[in-house]
Amino acid sequence: MPESYVPIFVFLVVNVAVAVLIIALSTYLVKRKPTAQKLMPYECGMDPFGTARKRFSVKFFVVAMLFIIFDIEAVFLYPWAVVFKDLKLFGLIEMVVFIAVLLLGLFYAWKKGALEWQ
Amino acid sequence: MELLTYLALMGLKSIAVLGFLLFAASYLVLGERKLLARFQVRYGPNRAGPWGLLQPIADMIKLLAKEDIVPQGADRKLFLLAPALVATTALLSFGAVPWGPELVLGGRKIEGAVADVQVGLLYIFAMSSLSVYGIALGGWASNSKYSLLGAVRGAAQMISYEISLGLSLAPIVMLSGSFSLREIVEAQEKVPFGLIQPVSLFLFLTSALAEIKRIPFDLPEAENELVAGYHTEYSGMRFGLFFLGEYVNIIVLGGVVANMFLGGWKGPLLPPLLWFVIKVLAVAFFLIWVRATLPRLRYDQLMHLGWKLLLPLSVLNVILTGAVLAAWPKS
Amino acid sequence: MEALFFYLFGGLALISSFFVIFLRKPVHNAVALIFTFFCLAGLYLILGAEFVAMIQVLVYAGAIMVLFLFVIMLLNLEEEEAIEGRGNKFRRWLGGFAAVVVFLLLAPVWLMQALPVVKGTFPPEKVQELGNTVWIARLLFTDYLLPFEVASVLLLAAIVGAVFFAMKRM
Repeated sequence: MPESYVPIFVFLVVNVAVAVLIIALSTYLVKRKPTAQKLMPYECGMDPFGTARKRFSVKFFVVAMLFIIFDIEAVFLYPWAVVFKDLKLFGLIEMVVFIAVLLLGLFYAWKKGALEWQ
Repeated sequence: MELLTYLALMGLKSIAVLGFLLFAASYLVLGERKLLARFQVRYGPNRAGPWGLLQPIADMIKLLAKEDIVPQGADRKLFLLAPALVATTALLSFGAVPWGPELVLGGRKIEGAVADVQVGLLYIFAMSSLSVYGIALGGWASNSKYSLLGAVRGAAQMISYEISLGLSLAPIVMLSGSFSLREIVEAQEKVPFGLIQPVSLFLFLTSALAEIKRIPFDLPEAENELVAGYHTEYSGMRFGLFFLGEYVNIIVLGGVVANMFLGGWKGPLLPPLLWFVIKVLAVAFFLIWVRATLPRLRYDQLMHLGWKLLLPLSVLNVILTGAVLAAWPKS
Repeated sequence: MEALFFYLFGGLALISSFFVIFLRKPVHNAVALIFTFFCLAGLYLILGAEFVAMIQVLVYAGAIMVLFLFVIMLLNLEEEEAIEGRGNKFRRWLGGFAAVVVFLLLAPVWLMQALPVVKGTFPPEKVQELGNTVWIARLLFTDYLLPFEVASVLLLAAIVGAVFFAMKRM
């Protein structure tokens, strides 16, 4: 393992320990007196009706799909950016072609109305 | 033995950094309240101690003493996990942010950061990409309609702006040829990148504001329609952890902007750490100023801004930077 | 030291992948899977593949699992569980069969460990010299340029497919 990740790992352990401590404190420090009203999910004072876990517009799935794809684009772009000074014009053309193809996709989604929200 | 001392030192340093972050975040809350009050010609908190300086401590005692409530029908495990996830991912992303040069103390090299991560920028992105889950799971686990709406809005917003967040920093990586924040700071010896790449700075700040869900992008917790969004049902210290995560995120954002665009800890006269703190505070002040100035966006405007404006613009910025670098390799 | 971290991350990955299979609620399974991916990133780090480790978290844990979670949360799969009863037996047999096939596919690899290890073109020392990222980038944008460009077409197809099917339903 590259040396520099040992401190990160230690930092992770300390952070998790503190988070667990805080959660435990908040759970056990104060006595709980639960009543039915108190535990009711908030709904502007009325009794909650129906399920709180409703189905959603398909738009959100499209956004998540587009996100994955453009995230992968970004992932390809990062290493390219690191070595760009060696690749020069050739590298630029490569990436322009790559991005152009993906932007075509974005344009398609745009025209199809996948990016419209009312 | 050598290994154990090393680990113990790292542990102490981690605790120190963590303590500093917690302290800074709680006083940032006070600072924000004070400043917002001044922007609105009010006094802000001024009861606890002189100038309200003890307010964060009072807040913490209050949060710890609150009865902790898990709403009926909630998914208890995830309900507990979500706030911890928000806070730890925010705190962890500070791990790759350097705040000063390397020091040599008693024959030991001491890094001016938790760790000098070679792929520091990617590490920060990776951590911030995990913070989506704190929001999504917390809102879903609460078994409340407002929470779920806030969570879904929040998750969709965060993933929409994550792309332009990443792409907006690509030009900086191209200029410096590295992901290491330390090397990027070293590359700004002559001119800070903020002057060379103002467009990148603007794109990054806008997407980062949306990523940490602050006004004008605070739709996931829009109080006048969603009560408090994804953390409606949270009380006590668990709510405190959401809050903490938010303000640690501001500090991390300040640190990243300081290192990527403002030349990091380097500056004349003052010691490095002080320069770093000043730059972070400047960014934080800017964020508070924005909060006092701008109204909230509508959800469709938010999505349009992210996908139809920021994304194409940041791609264009990358290509233009590439063209300039290819044409004048020396610049 | 390395062995210690290997057993830590490997063990955690194994345990959490068991949780992926055996927990009852779909959302919990997804969370366990996210944790598994996170541990895998730790394993990549031990191998010195920093870039791959970060991408593992960024793409698998941070992007693909968001879609999984969206689907589980928003379709409200909890309610669907009740319908499952029918065809359950067949599915179990199918799953068992698939597991055996995967095992048989992997077993030869396991046996090959006994063979002498051939040193590749990129031993760890050479990678360390310039860093994982730079090597990946150099190879990807010169020797493997064609697959890289073809990947863009693949991604385009994915966008078009996703948008087409989603919009047909609207």
